[in-house]
Amino acid sequence: MSTINTPTLELRGLEVAYTVRGIDRQVLRGVSFSIAPGEAYGLVGESGCGKSTAAFAAMRYLPRNGKITAGEIFFEGKNIVDIAEEDVAQLRRSAISMVYQNPATALNPTIRIGKQIAEVFALSGASKSDAMAMAQDALTKVQISDPAKVMRRYAHQLSGGMAQRVVIAMALASNPRLLVMDEPTTGLDATVEAEVLDLVRDLRRDTGTAVLFISHNLGVIRNMCDRVGVLYAGALVEQGATADLFDNPSHPYTVGLLRCIPRGGLHKSAERLDTIPGTPPALGTHFDGCVFSARCALVEDKCRTVQPQMVNISDSHVARCFHSDKAIAIPHSIEKIEIKSTSKEHSAIVGESLLNVSHLSKVFTQDGHQVRVVNDVSLTLGVGETLGLVGESGSGKTTIAKLILGLVAPEDGGIITLDGKGLAKTLNRRDVQDVGAMQIVFQNPDQALNRRHSVTRIVSRAVERLRGFNVSDALDRAHELLLGMRVEATLHSARPVQLSGGLKQRVAIARAFAGAPQLVVCDEPTSALDVSVQAAILNLLVDLQKQDGTSFIFISHDLGVVRYISDKIAVLYLGRVVEFGESNQVFQGPHHPYTEALLSSVPNIDGSSRKRIPLTGVVPNPSNPPTGCVLHPRCPRMTGSGVEHLCTSTEPALNEVEPGHFMRCHIPLDQLRKVQTQ
Amino acid sequence: MTDETAKQTKQTELSERLAVLKKNKAFIVGASILAFWIFSAIFGKLIARYDQDFMDYESINSAPSLKYWFGTDSNGRDVFSRVIVGSRIIMVISFLATLLGAFVGASLGLTAGYLKGKYDMILMRILEAISAIPVIIIALLAVAAIGQSSPIITILIIGFIFTPNVARTVRAAVLGESELEYVAAAKLRTEKTLHILFREVLPNVLPTLIVEFTVRLGYAIFAVATLSFLGAGLEAGSPDWGTQVADTWTLIFTNVWWPTLFPSLAIASVAVSINLISDALLEVFEL
Repeated sequence: MSTINTPTLELRGLEVAYTVRGIDRQVLRGVSFSIAPGEAYGLVGESGCGKSTAAFAAMRYLPRNGKITAGEIFFEGKNIVDIAEEDVAQLRRSAISMVYQNPATALNPTIRIGKQIAEVFALSGASKSDAMAMAQDALTKVQISDPAKVMRRYAHQLSGGMAQRVVIAMALASNPRLLVMDEPTTGLDATVEAEVLDLVRDLRRDTGTAVLFISHNLGVIRNMCDRVGVLYAGALVEQGATADLFDNPSHPYTVGLLRCIPRGGLHKSAERLDTIPGTPPALGTHFDGCVFSARCALVEDKCRTVQPQMVNISDSHVARCFHSDKAIAIPHSIEKIEIKSTSKEHSAIVGESLLNVSHLSKVFTQDGHQVRVVNDVSLTLGVGETLGLVGESGSGKTTIAKLILGLVAPEDGGIITLDGKGLAKTLNRRDVQDVGAMQIVFQNPDQALNRRHSVTRIVSRAVERLRGFNVSDALDRAHELLLGMRVEATLHSARPVQLSGGLKQRVAIARAFAGAPQLVVCDEPTSALDVSVQAAILNLLVDLQKQDGTSFIFISHDLGVVRYISDKIAVLYLGRVVEFGESNQVFQGPHHPYTEALLSSVPNIDGSSRKRIPLTGVVPNPSNPPTGCVLHPRCPRMTGSGVEHLCTSTEPALNEVEPGHFMRCHIPLDQLRKVQTQ
Repeated sequence: MTDETAKQTKQTELSERLAVLKKNKAFIVGASILAFWIFSAIFGKLIARYDQDFMDYESINSAPSLKYWFGTDSNGRDVFSRVIVGSRIIMVISFLATLLGAFVGASLGLTAGYLKGKYDMILMRILEAISAIPVIIIALLAVAAIGQSSPIITILIIGFIFTPNVARTVRAAVLGESELEYVAAAKLRTEKTLHILFREVLPNVLPTLIVEFTVRLGYAIFAVATLSFLGAGLEAGSPDWGTQVADTWTLIFTNVWWPTLFPSLAIASVAVSINLISDALLEVFEL
């Protein structure tokens, strides 16, 4: 066993290369860090920087085309770079466990949960009946209610949060000394994420397991880890105690990352977001100097030719930069001055009513059950405004967008008017003007752009159809639009696959704007993107809105992003609008109890701790919603409110509780204000 | 440039994949064999040492020798020349038959996968019924009904038999594609269904279709040879490989194996080469 001074895991100068299409490409460049017993170490960085590779390498679990080309990995003082496969397997059985991003694929769909967990115990020698009993204990330990029932279920019968708890239970089954968690909460809703993170924190305290925690989400890392390492292009560029590193970032890349994120209630009317210019280098690029030199605002000749060494910032904080003292004051990449609207007439009518949606409902039939995914939704949106739709997955956000666009037909009684004109229910009954007036930017540009068509064609075809332009005029307009989205002319003949994620999303935005729309739905347009690219896309959307007076419906699970871009917010739960109002009203409160819980579950990047208002239980099945207020079984504010009898019996109406602020709650506003400011 | 630039690496992806393909041993072997037979199919008369119908009555059933590399058959015809010249018939018929099956199958698969619902269900049940009947029985029935055999009929029969397989493969690919958001985006610019099917969806299932095509082509070689062997394909005396085997196989019992062996090897080599190529394509393009 390890002594107290031996780190659980130590990487020394680790280099890893992947063989892609016959060529070795370096992925990790001399990565060194160590994790002490009981410590949580976070690795952050944008996609492709080598976070997961470092984790897989540490477990000797690289894909077949990956190999360790230099360096050493010590597990409890023993070098495991060259040990035999059987010994690696033994380590994974008894000492190292891993939790992956997607719990749905980590569990075997054909084996009952109980048996799957019991297998881990049986492997370490427990008898069959003992193993089953231990499996049940393990489920209790990860705070699953009614573990006996969950044991008999299959993976697909569990919610995402439950499945991740089961995966964590399995990972902990062998009493590992090191737990590797690769984006363990990335696919989960904020409320579920908060619960899983609480669980991991508790378990760590109880078991003293060392944790290697990988996430692109800086807020999560700040809340979960003792120390943090920042990876860029496979090199560790900064490392330090969490609070040190977040409060005094000393590498230009870390500074840039932290600045990209809309936080602290930042709003588009106040300032633009900062971005990191340029793109991460391609896999296997060779560097003579600093890996970040090509994108760094502080770059000097020396940076391009000499590799910087780690510099001590403080006892517990190092950065690989010649200018670490200047990093925090690095010039902003974006002019902070607000762009003024170019056309006066647009700004004159901002706020005038554009979209009116009333009594919109949608019922899907699923396995013979009627599922009401959208229930009597009414919304209004003004010209040049952004309406943010927030809520957990399954709350009906995307379905509402599809109903408005006419991709899905609403139930009878639903009315959609745009600019005072009633719209037909479905797309094929709307005329070209109406279709062009409302467009969408999808979440995943890889699926939204036809990969066989050129960028120009994708946009020009939309111009042809929606504006009635002839082919050559449409081409001209397409080039103009693309340049306006800052997609360079040299890329117009490219296929989507040749573009980076951010550029693809710019093309998708150009297409959405092809028909000179009045309203564009943005369905999680930045959630597949890295934060620096996200900032650039958000800036672009804000600019377009100011220029053209376009209105947006913005769907996102990232409340910081929604708060930044939205003028109005609608909070959805189980297909119902539970709160609707000006962005400030909704975010500053008093909140609807559901909104309150949602807001409190977001991991805070500023390090200030706040009390989490937990939602108990799981989202109810929409085919059989609870009686009374649909939130009441989970409501954090019902008990002691004095109106419990109403909450459990009558569904509250969406009342205007203060001017422009609507809420679906029986608890009086003043009472909510009182409990929420305590 | 303020933020992103295109990823240079992806631009060279195709050329890198092609470079890997060129190093793939299975592909090299398969492509060399197939290239030889394509060359024979086009310029066969130049390679052949004798006219394929020339009968040397002096040397009937003579074993392979310097004069007759693959020996002669019971009519004294040079087996080598007949194998070389016979390549054209089998390759052209197989290719056209596969093309027909791929065309009809792809059209049905596209519409079924995109339109779904009743049309899809009825069409797929019919296609399943067709593929449940043994190939040989369909072929023999068709020949019996029409009363003659000819290259055109062979093409029609094999194309018909292949249609369900191609349709099923294409349909499965289209089912996945039509859920993707670029289809919704096309609807949101008022595109007609036919445009969405052939200009938006088809290009994306083309790689699947091409692989299915090569797999079917391999089977087609066998199918044409089998039909000829059974007398349901081409007329007796034709130098195509199946007919050659059919005309000569009884000679094996008199130890005259060469007129049967060489065309059989030719059939096998083409089928194997096509399979090697399609395997390599699948591997390199990660389909």
